[in-house]
Amino acid sequence: MKLFSRMSDIARSPRDPVVITPGPSVKPVADRMARGLGWFSLALGALELAVPRAITRFLGMEGHESLVRAYGAREIVAGMTSLSTEKELGLWSRVFGDALDIATLVAACRNNNPKRENVALALAVVVGITLLDLGSANAQTVTHSRQRGRNRDYRDRSGFPGGAIMARGKAVQRQRSETAGTLN
Amino acid sequence: MRALVWHGKEDIRCDEVTDPEIEDPRDAIIRVTSCAICGSDLHLYHNFIPAMLPGDIVGHEMMGEVVEVGSGAAGSLKKGDRIVVPFTIFCGECVQCQRGNYSVCQRSNRNKEFADKVYGHSTAGLFGYSHLTGGYPGGQAEYLRVPFADRTHIKVPGGIPDETLLFLGDIFPTGWQAAVQCDIQPTDTVAVWGCGPVGQMAIRSAVLLGARQVIAIDRLPERLSMAEAGGAIPINFAEESVIERLQDLTDGQGPEKCIDAVGMESHVSFRHPDTILDRVMQMNMMSSDRPHVLREMIYVCQPGGILSIPGVYGGIVNHVPFGLVMNKGLTIRTGQTHVNRWTDELLRMIEDKLIDPSFVVTHTADLADGPDLYRIFRDKQDSCIKVVLKP
Repeated sequence: MKLFSRMSDIARSPRDPVVITPGPSVKPVADRMARGLGWFSLALGALELAVPRAITRFLGMEGHESLVRAYGAREIVAGMTSLSTEKELGLWSRVFGDALDIATLVAACRNNNPKRENVALALAVVVGITLLDLGSANAQTVTHSRQRGRNRDYRDRSGFPGGAIMARGKAVQRQRSETAGTLN
Repeated sequence: MRALVWHGKEDIRCDEVTDPEIEDPRDAIIRVTSCAICGSDLHLYHNFIPAMLPGDIVGHEMMGEVVEVGSGAAGSLKKGDRIVVPFTIFCGECVQCQRGNYSVCQRSNRNKEFADKVYGHSTAGLFGYSHLTGGYPGGQAEYLRVPFADRTHIKVPGGIPDETLLFLGDIFPTGWQAAVQCDIQPTDTVAVWGCGPVGQMAIRSAVLLGARQVIAIDRLPERLSMAEAGGAIPINFAEESVIERLQDLTDGQGPEKCIDAVGMESHVSFRHPDTILDRVMQMNMMSSDRPHVLREMIYVCQPGGILSIPGVYGGIVNHVPFGLVMNKGLTIRTGQTHVNRWTDELLRMIEDKLIDPSFVVTHTADLADGPDLYRIFRDKQDSCIKVVLKP
């Protein structure tokens, strides 16, 4: 990041302050994980869209290329959302997608599938990723939640030292009296 | 010196940076005594404002003590003066400044050529608000260079706390301008969308300007409680229909005046499906803004009414029913705030104890805690409404 700061110094006036020592990042771990999973989602989605035939061949699911492409599109949407400010939605949508992936792989893990071992391997990987997604989604929710039920009441903060009722129209009255004073 | 520096989306850090220097005879340097995080800083935090670069110092609501004055500003400022710095930098000499339109000063944006290409005609230079507005370092720092300092300042007296005066630099005149633009009559109902700091100031301004009824719309109970304290009738849009309630409160006529203190990042919820479409389009860069509030205001405003928009919008706004604006004869008034056009009057009101803007401060912390407070403010945690930082 220091490198980017240095590069962008080109756009600054020569005497503007520039970064000497960057401070520590306070980005929560949950956000870093969301970022990593977001990029992973984009890469996986791109792969599923680009080479669905290779994936179905590996899993013994020939003829289901459209399904793989649809899952690829889903991954890309989840990835974009996880990288946006709506990270929580993105990560929970990844968990939902994981459930779909698991259901699909379980269905493909039948005895007559010659690539049954590959499917079992993929299933193990997806279950591992699901656990990671669940943990990240949960951490995201906890980190950014508003802590319901702990709202403060600011009904004592009117901002009007004389009270809100007394303040109504006071600026107009002042303007009028000032104008009258000027005219007199 | 220490300063809050933008390093990328949701990544603001407290960095060690070089001190500012006088660059032009009209400059001054101030030691910042207080600065605030503004709601519009969150648009930078989310990277919705284009042309931010890693290494940019943020912050545009600050005040402090003059520690160095250029020869060209020596006539109006001297060392030791206590000043609030308006977020709009202005020369005071161009045609727009002569008209009092300080936020569109023709000379203070040092990237004017670039901004003219994007906006047609550029805005004034702004502190800490992207390279489209001049790329000036912001005031969430220990020291700040104030360009055109002979004009770009509000001198304030001693004896009044920083927290009471600080908001003369942005949110107080912004809320005030929003209300003044409404041309409020004693029979008017003024509806204010958004009870963040600008919304709170707009509510107080509408009350001071004599509106018959002020209605505050938000979903956060703590913000609505603060709005209620200021004399507004609260509507929680997460619990009730804004349109139906506004119609009820105005005998089916709709409010005469509507203020949008929300801007480009309106709340996204399944209760309002248009907000989901807006968010999807924004995420795909097919739109820069989420204009749910604009749509609601246009729909509910009384024919012949006024829509005042202090909320920040960035660029392209989709699916706004402009036919309704035309057929209902609505007037739209908006713009960055011409801060110094209003501050003499507002300072007098503070001195006369008509209003004390410090009511809005909910969190005060050291500058080093700024990065954490950006997140707390964004997540609306700990009932956070306004953060003041002490460098």
